Amino acid sequence: MNPKGGLCANNCKTSSEPPSFYGFGIESPFNEFNPPSLPIQSVLPGQSNTDVEIPDQENCPLSDSSNTSKLQDWNPGAMLNNLSFLEEKIHQLRDLVHLIVNKKCQPFGQSHELVTQEQQLVTADLTSIIVQLISTAGSLLPSVRHTLTTNPLVGQIDQLHGINLPFGSEPSTAINLQNNSGNKLFDKSTPNDLPNTCEMEQNYNMEEHEPKDEEDVDEGESLPPGSYEILQLEKEEILAPHTHFCTICGKGFKRDANLRMHMRGHGDEYKTPAALAKPHKETGSEPKLIKRYSCPYAGCKRNKDHKKFQPLKTILCVKNHYKRTHCDKSYICSRCNTKKFSVMADLKTHEKHCGKDKWLCSCGTTFSRKDKLFGHIALFQGHTPAIPLDDTKAVAEPPDPQNRECSSNKVGSVNFCFGSKPSSENVVQNMMDMKGNIDDPVNYFSSLNFEGCNFGAFSEFPQTPFEDSEGSFSFLMSGSFNYGTKFGGGESSSDNLL
Amino acid sequence: MKRQKRSDSQNDNPFQVLTEELIFLILDFLETAPLDKKSFALTCKAFYAAEARHRRALRPLRAEHLPALAARYPSVTDLDLSLCPRVGDGALALVAGAYGETLRRLDLSRSRWFTGNGLLNVGARCGNLVELDLSNATELRDAGVAAVARAKNLRKLWLARCKLVTDMGIGCIAVGCRKLRLICLKWCVGIGDLGVDLVAIKCKELTSLNLSYLPITEKCLPSIFKLQLLEDLVLEGCFGIDDGSLGVDLLKQGCKTLKKLDISGCQNISHTGLSKLTSISGGLEKLILADGSPVTLDLVDGLNKLSMLQSIVLDGCPVTSEGLRAIGSLCISLRELSLSKCLGVTDEALSLLVSKQKDLRKLDITCCRKITDVSIASIANSCTGLTSLKMESCTLVPQEAFVLVGQKCHYLEELDLTDNEIDDEGLMSLSSCSKLSSLKIGICLNITDRGLTYVGMFCSKLKELDLYRSTGVTDVGISAIAGGCPGLEILNTSYCTSITDKALISLSKCSKLKTLEIRGCILVTSIGLAAIAMNCRQLSRLDIKKCYEIDDSGMIPLAHFSQNLRQINLSYSSVTDVGLLSLASISCLQSFTMLHLQGLVPGGLAAALLACGGLTKVKLHLSLRSLLPELLIRHVEARGCVFEWRDKEFQAELDPKCWKLQLEDVMQ
Repeated sequence: MNPKGGLCANNCKTSSEPPSFYGFGIESPFNEFNPPSLPIQSVLPGQSNTDVEIPDQENCPLSDSSNTSKLQDWNPGAMLNNLSFLEEKIHQLRDLVHLIVNKKCQPFGQSHELVTQEQQLVTADLTSIIVQLISTAGSLLPSVRHTLTTNPLVGQIDQLHGINLPFGSEPSTAINLQNNSGNKLFDKSTPNDLPNTCEMEQNYNMEEHEPKDEEDVDEGESLPPGSYEILQLEKEEILAPHTHFCTICGKGFKRDANLRMHMRGHGDEYKTPAALAKPHKETGSEPKLIKRYSCPYAGCKRNKDHKKFQPLKTILCVKNHYKRTHCDKSYICSRCNTKKFSVMADLKTHEKHCGKDKWLCSCGTTFSRKDKLFGHIALFQGHTPAIPLDDTKAVAEPPDPQNRECSSNKVGSVNFCFGSKPSSENVVQNMMDMKGNIDDPVNYFSSLNFEGCNFGAFSEFPQTPFEDSEGSFSFLMSGSFNYGTKFGGGESSSDNLL
Repeated sequence: MKRQKRSDSQNDNPFQVLTEELIFLILDFLETAPLDKKSFALTCKAFYAAEARHRRALRPLRAEHLPALAARYPSVTDLDLSLCPRVGDGALALVAGAYGETLRRLDLSRSRWFTGNGLLNVGARCGNLVELDLSNATELRDAGVAAVARAKNLRKLWLARCKLVTDMGIGCIAVGCRKLRLICLKWCVGIGDLGVDLVAIKCKELTSLNLSYLPITEKCLPSIFKLQLLEDLVLEGCFGIDDGSLGVDLLKQGCKTLKKLDISGCQNISHTGLSKLTSISGGLEKLILADGSPVTLDLVDGLNKLSMLQSIVLDGCPVTSEGLRAIGSLCISLRELSLSKCLGVTDEALSLLVSKQKDLRKLDITCCRKITDVSIASIANSCTGLTSLKMESCTLVPQEAFVLVGQKCHYLEELDLTDNEIDDEGLMSLSSCSKLSSLKIGICLNITDRGLTYVGMFCSKLKELDLYRSTGVTDVGISAIAGGCPGLEILNTSYCTSITDKALISLSKCSKLKTLEIRGCILVTSIGLAAIAMNCRQLSRLDIKKCYEIDDSGMIPLAHFSQNLRQINLSYSSVTDVGLLSLASISCLQSFTMLHLQGLVPGGLAAALLACGGLTKVKLHLSLRSLLPELLIRHVEARGCVFEWRDKEFQAELDPKCWKLQLEDVMQ
């Protein structure tokens, strides 16, 4: 497999993780949704592996989307599929409403908390079904790109990962919310961000590498091969400054907490405790595959093609590993002017200790901790601890003017690589790109798709008294999507993002 | 004319036929007798030169003499500077320059004032240095130790009490001196796990490691136990090591070569930790568990794995009867057992123990106060091969028991019966131990001259005799000893108040006498002391405290003849500053104690302090401090002398019986 093809294939897998990489997973959900019996769909996985090429990281999201639209411009089979999906969904919706009606008749036998919880659950499901209906219906029009809308299987769950515990909100706000979200549905687009990678694709890739992986799983972690799925992010994805994006204005953030803070500015519905709460990780009982990550750099030990492949545990690990190992060390310590880092946090950590490194080796290496120095000395022949002369201790501190000189460097480097400062051109560029993607309306809808089978989860709460479906619906639209994770299918992804 | 005379005399020299090899061979035989060697060197110029070339070991009295010594002795390999209190960097530079190639051993354990610079000279220039003793260099810092690390061939290094040395310094040693076989880090409280770990990692050839009182934990133990040649490990007082830290991962390696393990004072190591330790070091021969956890059945069970074990030291441990019995039934046969100051040693358990361990050679039951004649009878009957028996303060043992010991244990060489009920019959019986070399019968109020006469008649190899407060002894007994034990080296007759000059005069036959304590022998005068001084030329320690009759007239012969005197206690005697000043001619004199010297005036004391150039320790009454010029005190201190100012009350002498009653009161 040529490297590029490999990268693309991996994209599909990894897109489940950072919402910012939504551009890639587009056709894969489609494939998954369609029954394998359909001839055209069956070809698709192969296409996604081979055909899609991303020549350049800047353009990749755009080129990708154009690619997919070209592929799936008019597809009668898919359309048929969509129609049947619609049918099914309408069915579900009717059932749900029935259920609600039944529930309302039942006396309140349960504790209030449980009742509201179940009610919210039903409401959430209802909401998602409705949204799916809308989006699928929209996709039937040939002019609209419909790729993601056809992804009912995975999308909704991952999308829902953001749902917080829905609280019964006051009717007035609920209506507002509904309005807002309704507008959003059509005017704006959320990043479909969908983590929702297709499981199939992942498995497919997994199998592809299985022979190698089998022997070479990271022993330190002692995960048997196959007990985890390997995801591989693209270089561009790794280096992207932001991983969380505002669904309204498109502004990017590194942390979802920051995003939530930002969202408050977009309306009262984002100010509810539920919306501001941290999306908690899924605690569902369903067994799921542990995710491990592969470095996209060919030949790296952290690359899944490596013979002694050792997977990385989280996205953060991937990012730090990639920057540290395969990127230029562009941050230079302003104090000593010698130490270079590729990860800002490393530089900051170093700067805290720089100049205070009193543990010195004869080779000139300094250490902030004595045990590190002794480990170093134990490792290398001929290195010995260098004992500072008492009177030279004071001199070891760098003089002030030097400090000042270097601080300017530091700022420069920050701008260069890090998106944190808006003044930096790169960052602006990146943000623009992201916005472009966000504007895709279809993506937004697809995220709310609901899978039929998951719907059965309602049976867990047969006695749920239902109070106000509208309120809960609107509640869902307010963006607290975390609830869906309860249904188990999706991996919550935002948690481990920067 | 003159020239001819000289050549004639050279021709007449009958020793000229001796080649240098032959002379060296003769000198080799004189190694153990330094005084004979001295006389040999003084025979003629040729011998003098030959002896100078032959001499390998040097122990100078003053560092100031080093230049002359270096010129005279070209091939010194062992340099012991422990008598030189002040050894500066200059002296070390001189040593390094003079003996750069030859020096193999250097002892600086009692010296001060040198710094890292001096050691740098030694480390860099003495390439063949294999042994270096830097103990008590309390001012030495990492830089100095790092300088030592340049001596790449160092095999043995003592750094005891180098408190300022840290992990960094010892790290330099570990990297620099890779051939180390022995390192002693006792009381180097600045060194922790990291330093010790690095030493164990880098110095693979270590056989002896002393880590006493270091703040180390289990972290450094794995690398220690990886040492393939380790034989002697001392972990005394390492409180950071406990049962929990002796984990399973340690057991994987194990130290098969370990022969001696000292974990005394490690109160956090109980029987579980010990059994872990013993299970990984099966070749142990000596185990020291002093002041540790109670000796129980569990603890002794742990020792069963040690098939080579010969010696157990349990000093100060609480002991249970079950534990003692279990020691008895260990399948190994012990050679040495020490139960000194163990609480809980009973007759029944000890009897059982010794009846099983018949091969015991050394037994220490000091202060096992509960034992009676039952134990002693079993010891005497079972362990007839005993060479050393120490049973100080076994006060319940009756007089007859010692007769039995004398009848059965004929191989005794060392016997400590201090504070026991032994009487003349016992001594008579014990005198059949013809190999006896050390006999301590202090505070034995039942013995008289009669018993001592037997000892003098039959124990001709006696070297050490302690009669402290055994008041029944008079001149007759001492004379018998002096007549029968010509090899006597150490004698303590303190507070044997009946002793007079006659005893000392007879004692002067013992020409090898080195230590004499006649404290409180109130009848002794300067005449007796003069006899000792004139004949016992090797006398190096003398205690004449409370010998009120001794005055300056005793000091003058002492100053003249006892040129080897190093330590003297003059408290309460009648010596004045005249006698004191005369002592200044003894160049060896290092330490004197002068409390309550009535005739001492500050001026005389100041003069004596100035005159004795080699002083290292002076004990004086606090009241004298203000009377001496501050500048003088500082000067003497700068020469390497330490002042100890005491503020003791003047004590009147007590009746011996009264004294013993008082002692027993204190004990209870």
